[in-house]
Amino acid sequence: MKKGLKRREFIKKTAIALPLLSPAGIMLTDLVRTSCAWAGTGEVSGYNPLDHYYGMGIHIDRCIGCGRCAEGCKKENLVPREPFFFRTWVERYTIFSNREETEVDSPNGGINGFPELKTQQNILRAFFVPKLCNHCDNPPCVQVCPVGATFKTQDGVILVDNEYCVGCRYCIQACPYGARFLNPLTATADKCTFCYHRLVRGLRPVCVEVCPTQARVFGEIGTRSSPLVRFRRMNKISVLKSDLNTEPKVYYANLDGEVR
Amino acid sequence: MSADHLAETVDRLESVLEQVVGFIYPNEIELQWSLLIVIYPYITGLVAGAFILASLEKIMNVKEVTPTYRLSLLTALAFLIVAPLPLLAHLGHIERAHEIFFTPNLSSAMAMFGFVYAWYLAAVLLLEIWFEYRKDMILWSREESGLKKWFYRCLALFSTDISDEAVAFDHKAARVITMIGIPSAFILHGYVGFIFGSIKANPWWSSVLIPIVFLASAIVSGIGMVMLLYMIITPLRYKKIDMVCLNKLAEFLLLAIIIDFSLEMLDFIHRLYEAEESIKILSQMISSKLMISLVVVQLLLGTLVPAISLAFFRFTTFPDEIRKLVYFLAGILVQVGIFSTRWNVVIGGQLFSKSLRGLTVYKMTFFGLEGLFISIILLVLPFFLLYFLIRILPPWRKAKEAGQS
Amino acid sequence: MKRIPDQLIRLSVPFLFIILALLIIKQFVTPETFGDLGHYRAAAIEDISSIEPHYAGFQACLDCHEDIMEVQQGSYHRNISCEVCHEPSLEHVNDPTEHLPPAPRERGFCPLCHNYLDARPTGFPQIITMTHNPGKPCINCHDPHDPTPPHVPGDCAACHRQIARTKMVSHHVDIQCTECHDTPEEHMINPRLSRAMKPADREFCGGCHAEDAQKSVTNLRIDIDTHGGVYVCWECHYPHLPEAPEGGAPE
Repeated sequence: MKKGLKRREFIKKTAIALPLLSPAGIMLTDLVRTSCAWAGTGEVSGYNPLDHYYGMGIHIDRCIGCGRCAEGCKKENLVPREPFFFRTWVERYTIFSNREETEVDSPNGGINGFPELKTQQNILRAFFVPKLCNHCDNPPCVQVCPVGATFKTQDGVILVDNEYCVGCRYCIQACPYGARFLNPLTATADKCTFCYHRLVRGLRPVCVEVCPTQARVFGEIGTRSSPLVRFRRMNKISVLKSDLNTEPKVYYANLDGEVR
Repeated sequence: MSADHLAETVDRLESVLEQVVGFIYPNEIELQWSLLIVIYPYITGLVAGAFILASLEKIMNVKEVTPTYRLSLLTALAFLIVAPLPLLAHLGHIERAHEIFFTPNLSSAMAMFGFVYAWYLAAVLLLEIWFEYRKDMILWSREESGLKKWFYRCLALFSTDISDEAVAFDHKAARVITMIGIPSAFILHGYVGFIFGSIKANPWWSSVLIPIVFLASAIVSGIGMVMLLYMIITPLRYKKIDMVCLNKLAEFLLLAIIIDFSLEMLDFIHRLYEAEESIKILSQMISSKLMISLVVVQLLLGTLVPAISLAFFRFTTFPDEIRKLVYFLAGILVQVGIFSTRWNVVIGGQLFSKSLRGLTVYKMTFFGLEGLFISIILLVLPFFLLYFLIRILPPWRKAKEAGQS
Repeated sequence: MKRIPDQLIRLSVPFLFIILALLIIKQFVTPETFGDLGHYRAAAIEDISSIEPHYAGFQACLDCHEDIMEVQQGSYHRNISCEVCHEPSLEHVNDPTEHLPPAPRERGFCPLCHNYLDARPTGFPQIITMTHNPGKPCINCHDPHDPTPPHVPGDCAACHRQIARTKMVSHHVDIQCTECHDTPEEHMINPRLSRAMKPADREFCGGCHAEDAQKSVTNLRIDIDTHGGVYVCWECHYPHLPEAPEGGAPE
């Protein structure tokens, strides 16, 4: 293991130093620092949930709508591939300049990319919005579960107990964001778990891992150093449906008012 | 769930996908609460409504409806027994249903089902029926022989005292239970309204008025159902319908319809006036997906037509035969209307997207645990149960006491 | 003291029996860890934690493939995790020779990110797949680990296609981007850090549109000092499509 550690150290130092010499330093050092913070051994032992409190940040102006996040999530979490069940998905908003209705679409969650729009004229602005469970701090889904099958962990992640859920679907009705669905294979409620099984091993959620433009930022709330802390310092933050007071922990930078 | 079920679900959803209008969140394509969840509030509504009618006689001393008192109680019981069945059929894991009773999450309105249902069944309805029938059960056990004798003795919990004192206590107890029973019936059906009304994520449901409107429509359907049953059963017993009773029932039905309609109109006008963001998609939904079930069936056929005909024929002079026909038709229309009300709330609330940008469709299956076939069985089952209950606890048969004819 | 009525005594028997039975059943039926951390089964956290991941993560590839990583670190694809293209590879990390990650070589893969879409942010390199070397696999000219194009894009449209398209139908079609936007060489390599300039004052547009401008042939002339009050030109006129109603052109 020592050889591997030494090699890793060397690569780390070189990887940080080289690009610092060029003006392209910022994004690269972000990536390496992030991945070193998550340089997990892949083992679960030694994880203390009380040391963490997770959230996610999303740069709207970096998302290119490639759908790698949605696809990666399905592959990691074995979500059925049919276009009716998504733990995360990407929506495209097209705003027109002539007061026409904003068009929104999400074909297969964005996994196969997006088709060209029928109306090319008068496009004022268009952008992509990745969506997922917001892991609210005041979660309406946890409030309404009749049996206690869904809950908030000590590290702020909302999870579903597949062995206990009765499949009444009340939580799916209560979620304002459409983040939940009934898994047809387990007949229980299902949703994004922030890849909790990866978090306990020091790995990042897959959607964050595979995003090619680093539009998704994962980290801790309430610590002094975390990519998410920087995200929240440098950007004006919005959350979805803030009037419902669910206190979401997925923060959007440069979110447009047309997004619901 | 088997691979077949997944394949069937996917097929159904693929055809739904083609009919989506506008934009919906990808997960919203499947309607979560189906026909079964429309049936549940309809049935508990009948329970609450029938019980309220029975309590009219007991508490408010409306003597005219006495012939329907016991029938109302048995009707309520028959429907109450069937009530949990649609919920069970709907669950993804029926075998885990006991979790609601043993680890209820007290912040969840749905968790109240276990307690409210058990309370109402045991502490209100069964108790009231027991006190009402106790003396008769003892007398019947003396008349019958063999298995039936022991059956009635068992039902009466082996009590034998039919002295005036004991019977007086029975009546007093029944009165007390009815007084507790009225708020209990309100909670039994009101909590269902609260299940919907407390969902802030859904603008069609989230409203202070929903529990109240649910109750009002429950009373309408309950009174209507007992009136219908009375009109059907009495001729089958070769007896004459008591027109004083029937007219009184019609009056109460009319009153209930007026209250229900006023509350629904209040909700409607309030929504239109405030015109919050959801008004666009909700208007689109009403004018496209819910046009028939809401405007035609619920409002026109289910409320206005019965109300006007009840008012007209009750308060003008017409031969009894015409009146009976009108009452009967009004009773049927009211049932259809109230069922449609439940449909519009439950299914309607899921037809539009929470993004407020699109609409989906509800594809009902015929077979399968959530299909039309099972739903029809569940709706018909209470009547079979009622027949059975009427046979073992006849509402109108007075037991022959010793020395009386 | 009044005697408790016989009915109540009889009723209490089945009631108490049922309540007692339910309480006893509850002890047996409730899972062990329920309520330890909250109103849920605490063992569920272990259940979920023990799910095996499928993606190894960026760090895992670094251990064995530094040579490729070094190449990639200096390239445009430096921020892309290996598994985006090479599929979940935790199995490969655990047993390198047994499970080989696939490498997408077909032409349909790269356009998932790089095909032109209006909604993609400006400046992100996009191509119109149908016309960009049709039929050829992308990897013929672009090494995925260092996808620098074989020659520097001749015009700005390679990354700013939406603007180029918009400009194509306007009167400004013949104006080169660089006429208005002073662009350093560095911008082709590090677009976000070395930006193109934008005109700063009305006099710039006045170079063609002022009453006395010599440079251009347009007859769209205005009094450069008074036209538009306090606003600069592009606050009302969209320079890439000044004709459009929303571009501020006069009716």
